[in-house]
Amino acid sequence: MSRKNTVIRLHDLQKTYTMGRNEVHALRGIDLTITAGEMVAIMGASGSGKSTLMNIIGCLDRPTSGTYELDGQRVDGLDRNQLADIRNRHIGFVFQGFNLLARTSAQENVELPLLYDRRNSKADPAAAAREALERVGLGDRRDHLTNELSGGQQQRVAIARALVTTPSLLLADEPTGNLDTKTSMEVMALFEELNDRGLTVAMVTHENDIAACARRIIELRDGLIVRDEPVLNRRIASRDLALTGAA
Amino acid sequence: MKPAKLLRVAIRSIARTKMRSMLTMLGIIIGVGAVICMVAIGQGARSRIEQSILDLGVNMVVITPGTSSSGGVSRGAGSLNRLQVDDAEKLADESMLLSAISPVVMTGGRIRAGGGNWRAPFYGVDVAYEEIRDWPVADGQWFGQADVRSARKVCLLGSTVANELFPDQDPVGQQIIVRDVPFDVIGVLETKGQTAGGEDQDDCVIAPYTTVQKRLAGRQFIAQILGSAWSSDDVTAAMEEAAAIMRESHGLADWEENDFTVRNQSDLADAATGTTEVMTVLLAAIAGISLLVGGIGIMNIMLVSVTERTREIGIRMAVGARPGDVLVQFLVESVVLSILGGVIGVGVGYGGSWLVAYLTGWPTAIDAVAVGIALGFSAAVGIFFGFWPARKAAGLDPITALRYE
Repeated sequence: MSRKNTVIRLHDLQKTYTMGRNEVHALRGIDLTITAGEMVAIMGASGSGKSTLMNIIGCLDRPTSGTYELDGQRVDGLDRNQLADIRNRHIGFVFQGFNLLARTSAQENVELPLLYDRRNSKADPAAAAREALERVGLGDRRDHLTNELSGGQQQRVAIARALVTTPSLLLADEPTGNLDTKTSMEVMALFEELNDRGLTVAMVTHENDIAACARRIIELRDGLIVRDEPVLNRRIASRDLALTGAA
Repeated sequence: MKPAKLLRVAIRSIARTKMRSMLTMLGIIIGVGAVICMVAIGQGARSRIEQSILDLGVNMVVITPGTSSSGGVSRGAGSLNRLQVDDAEKLADESMLLSAISPVVMTGGRIRAGGGNWRAPFYGVDVAYEEIRDWPVADGQWFGQADVRSARKVCLLGSTVANELFPDQDPVGQQIIVRDVPFDVIGVLETKGQTAGGEDQDDCVIAPYTTVQKRLAGRQFIAQILGSAWSSDDVTAAMEEAAAIMRESHGLADWEENDFTVRNQSDLADAATGTTEVMTVLLAAIAGISLLVGGIGIMNIMLVSVTERTREIGIRMAVGARPGDVLVQFLVESVVLSILGGVIGVGVGYGGSWLVAYLTGWPTAIDAVAVGIALGFSAAVGIFFGFWPARKAAGLDPITALRYE
């Protein structure tokens, strides 16, 4: 596997929090490589360190030690501004609670990352946002305010926002945690479709049937990877959706 | 981010919470409005006082007995009032810069006419008084040189006196009696109105000084000498010249101080406007405090806003906003709020001062400098009081901010 195709390479990644006099070892040495086009589910009980790992992969947090390469670039040890730029260019976030700006139109929400794009990679931010909304099937809801949209629609706006900068990695933290089963499947079908087109997806989930949609499952326990295996009997969300739709 | 984008983002967030933004701005609106209103009223009062003083005559030079500087040397009783008609005559003969000279003899008393009576000041003046005070008659005619020379018992009535004594009749041709001396009324003076001090200038009677000295005052000394310089540019020179002539007339030695005082109207105007200036500064300072309070209001709201929008800040940071971007966004927001408040405040100030002018009849003058300072100050308030909340926002940790409920 050539280095060029590697999206994430973690080596002996550790994260230690100091709480008063106690040191909490959230991550105790993670080695992980994710290549382009993968769809990875990160699982683990609460306190296993999966959120910490997610934050570090997402460049929201910095490791205490170890190395992190994103798209072939060392990102551990970057300062806050550089991390912000990395987040803007390389990573698209999808959160459990959608995290859209309230009382703001879908279009504006999707345009938000382009506002902070220092390279001005999109000549026409409004057009790019429209295109991203169309990709998630919300082309006709552009001018709706976030509070006028259903949960599933809001999450799709959030996905459009993650896609608008054409990132190399889509990072989702419990993306279906606030959604019902059917809507969850819709979102997973969307992830599937995006992944089929070559987008690398990493998502944290504690639901087995959501993780089953991934191509690879990683399980953490006490700050270490205890399981890392491909999904043999992968669940195809779009097919399930078609079946329930027919029923 | 580009400035245009920044401004758009700030205006959108302000527009999202219209009611609160309006209330936040209210402090600044009232502050700026108050500053502009107060300064406008102060300036108006000042220009009104200046105007009414200058109405007395721009070129007028007033010589009064007694020195203005208390030299510390006690003078004899006789030196208290040493202005005499001779002085006025000498000034009239020798002065090159004064176009007109008139002595003023002051007395007063009950004036009787027909059935009524009235108490008013009685001035004995020369013909030149009309020119110096720029005070023609509305009816009848001024007395002439002949009247002065032969000390005829003629007089002119101020409009107030004329109305009091002759409410239903034409005063010209009537007779008034002052301390048993009958005077023929030959004219009624034009209405002058009040002085800056609130004195009614029209409540007086004017007669030839010769007559007044001979018949009423019974003494040589005169209250003041009025002169008029050829032009307002000559006033200072004319005052110096008058002082020199007066010293000669009084035979003062070089080491002796003046036993008279020469003043002009602008001295009076300066003193009066000085007072109003202090008032204006005082009013503006009080209004300025409300501007400060408005600024603290902005800081308060911005701090609340940072806490309330913690999650929004987290979202912005997650999608790539640098801490600096967040800082600038909040700073721009508070500056836009305060400048917007300032602009509305200027409007309120204009409206308020117009209303004051309309209701009280005082002239108000909007001062462009005050508008500029008030606007600049409100922008400064926005930056100063917006900085702390903005820094607080920029310092947030994106993970904590995203998890904030």
